[in-house]
This record gives sequence, structure tokens and C-alpha cells, in this order.
Amino acid sequence: MIEVLESAPLTTVQDRGRPGLAHLGVPPSGAADTRAYELGNRLVGNRPGAASLEATLAGPKLRFVDAALVALTGAEHWPAFEVEPGDVLAVEPYARGARVYVSVRGGIDVAPVLGSRSTDLMSRLGPPILGPGDMLRVGNDVGGAPEELPEPRLPAEAVLRVLPGPRPDWFAPGALEALTSRPWRMSISSNRVGIRLEGEPLEWSRREELRSEGIVTGALQVPPNGQPILLGPDHPTTGGYPVIAVVRSDDLWLMGQLRPGESVRFAT
Amino acid sequence: MSVSARAVGDRALLLELAGNEHAVKVARRARSELVGVVDVVPGHETVLLTFDAAVDADGAIALAEAALADDHAPPDPVLVELPVTYDGPDLAEVAQLVSLSPEEVVARHCAATYTAGFLGFTPGFAYLLGLDERLHVSRRAEPRTHVPGGTVAIAGVYSGVYPRESPGGWRLLGRTDSVLFDAEREPPALLAAGDRVRFVAR
Repeated sequence: MIEVLESAPLTTVQDRGRPGLAHLGVPPSGAADTRAYELGNRLVGNRPGAASLEATLAGPKLRFVDAALVALTGAEHWPAFEVEPGDVLAVEPYARGARVYVSVRGGIDVAPVLGSRSTDLMSRLGPPILGPGDMLRVGNDVGGAPEELPEPRLPAEAVLRVLPGPRPDWFAPGALEALTSRPWRMSISSNRVGIRLEGEPLEWSRREELRSEGIVTGALQVPPNGQPILLGPDHPTTGGYPVIAVVRSDDLWLMGQLRPGESVRFAT
Repeated sequence: MSVSARAVGDRALLLELAGNEHAVKVARRARSELVGVVDVVPGHETVLLTFDAAVDADGAIALAEAALADDHAPPDPVLVELPVTYDGPDLAEVAQLVSLSPEEVVARHCAATYTAGFLGFTPGFAYLLGLDERLHVSRRAEPRTHVPGGTVAIAGVYSGVYPRESPGGWRLLGRTDSVLFDAEREPPALLAAGDRVRFVAR
């Protein structure tokens, strides 16, 4: 068992989420930084898809009731280490990156909902947001021996590579260039549903409404005010705002490490 | 019939179709036959396909064209009846906006047979097509922060039922006890794209 002592500002359980259910209106959810989440499971020898804790901007503080093998990945990186019964693990506030994954050998065992242990903040599926006093069981999602892997680096400057479309025709000429030629500021009202970006507005070329269509994580959706929203893992499955460009799948993980107030660039 | 497609990043494809009926037909076929597909998401007149690796655009387009060319009669649609108590907070305002009495609004809302065009917004929320044209009203200027689960509402060309408490900008006509989404049920969503829906006043 693991006791949650502190979890502010936001700690949730995350795994690979709920892909395949979008036609029911169920968001993909899952770890925001998939690269760090997958790495954490390998460092402690878990089966792919085992659940970890996802901390946002700081924390958590945990007391281990039993011995365990633990790794931290993402904004902090600690290769696998042993904890003894009664040990307290406190992740100190970190200045770079937004998310830390706490991976425990065996995985976090909470009841899966629709095949996943992920907390979906928008749809309120999966376990509730963690709070002090919560007791977490360690599961049996062990895959093999813990792996030793190099520490991946966070880039000095956040640049997300995008592919134009699917609705370039919805925007005034030059809008794509405007998106990629200047930095955008990540608003503090950003979360796992979407990252709100602030900057010179991107202009629509039309006045009509787009009929709702399926949308993906990493899509840059542009509401009429011209301030793009970069869709995160808990995004609704359909949307009625045109998408000007979509982040390449290789770069999606980095969205999970953007901090409110920081700037991000997009490159074609 | 030729189908056009738009790339959505490097893992998804958006098929553009001539209407919702085509979208539902193509989505059904893609779900059962397309290899390497993770999600098949019908929209109002599109189908989004997401892939676990590279996008197979040629395969997807060929499959969509084959689905549309197939003139076998589709299976009889499922008909779902939703009993509704028409006491919503916006019923009087909607009546005023469309110059009908509240009773006439209810009668028209119940007279139509709707088609679940697609799902989205929140788990189990179906955008229902087939709303009487006289009842097409805009969303509220100020969305409500709390709309109770089971609320029956309209906005634009759509009607819908809020599966659970959520924010919402639609006009609220009434409420149903039917459970639109239950993660423990199989299938979890009461309505699927292509299903027919009728509202029955109680």
C-alpha cells in the first residue's frame, strides 16, 4: 500500500487511456507525457500499460507502507530505487517541465473503468483526483526485469512540429505562417483537456459554423476569437471549431511538459 | 461515388461525405473491416479514422467508396423511445422565440423521429438529427454551468439529452429518467450513431 500525504496541485492515476471508444463520446485520456510514462514502466520492469501516478507542476508526497521499487520520470528523473516500509517520498517542486510520473513495480491497482485506470478530468471517468489520506494498492502488472535506460532530455525551447490541416481553407491567407512564425504563450487556464494559447489572433476566412467532426489529441483548434486551443488527452471526441494544424505523433509527449506562462513554438 | 479525404496529422484521416447517412454507413463498414484502425468517429458529415501506425488513406477511401456503392438494404435501425417530462426551464422561452405555444413545441418535439447522427461532447451524448425546422433556435448566449443529467434539450438543428450533469448552452425542454451512459453497462452508451429516437411525453 501507498499512502498519499500530499497531492497538490494535481495528482492523478494514468495509464494508456481509453483508445477505441471515441464513437461513444469517450475521450482517449491516458498519460499526458506518454514518453515519460512508458519509460517509467520500463525502468521498474512493469508490463506496458501498468498504471502510474501523474503529478502536475509539483508533488506528490507519498508514504510507502510496504517495500517497493520506484522510478520517477518526466520533469524529474530518478532511475529505479528501492523504498523501505515507512519511507516517505517527496517530489520537490521542479522548475522545468510540467509532469512527473511515479512508477511503482507492479503498477497502481485501482479499479479500471472501460478498460483503463486513467482519471479523465473532463468526463469524470476512472478514479477520482488523488487527495491526502488516499490509500493506493500496488498491483501485479510486472513484465520482467527492470531496464536500465538513458535519461531523456527536455529540450531547452519547446518546439512542436505540426502538419497543416485538416481545415486550412477555413483561415485567412497567411494564418498558418502566423501560427508557425511567432511564439505562443500557454495560458494558466490550461489543463489535460486543452492547452489554451495566447498570441496574435489567427483569423478565420469564413463566418459560417463548421459541422461537428471528430478531433484528435494534438489538434490546434481555433475558436472565433482566434486563440488556438491545443487539444490534450481528455479532449471531447468531436468539435465544431476548425483545426488549422495537428502536432506530429512523435512530438505529442512534449505537450505534457509545457508549463503555464511559458512560450511554445510550432514548426512545419 | 468518390470520397475526399483530409490528413489530420500523421495518424488520422478525415473522410468528407455527402451527409450523415453516408457518414454512418461508412463508419459501420470501417469499424468492421478496416485494418490498423484505432477509432472510427462519425461526425455530422465526416468520419474520422485514427490509426495505430501510418495512415492507410488509399485503403480507407476505397473502403468508403465500396460502402457507399453497396446497395444492400441496411439492417433495420434500432428504435429507442425516451419518456420525457416536459417541464424544462427554457420551454416557455423557446415557445416565445418560435411563436408557438409551449404545448405546440412539445407536440412538435414528440412528433419527429430522430436519428442519432454522431456522439461527442461528453460520453453518451448523441447529436440527434430530425428536429422540426420550426424548432431550430440558437444556443443560449450564456451557457449554464450546471445542467442536470437526463435533461432533454435543443440547439440549432439538433436535439439531445445530457447524459450527466455538465455545463451546457442548449435550450432545456424537459427531462428523462433513461440512462444515456453507464460505464458498467455493455454497451455503455444507450444510443449509437444510426439509431432512431422518439421522445414520448409523459
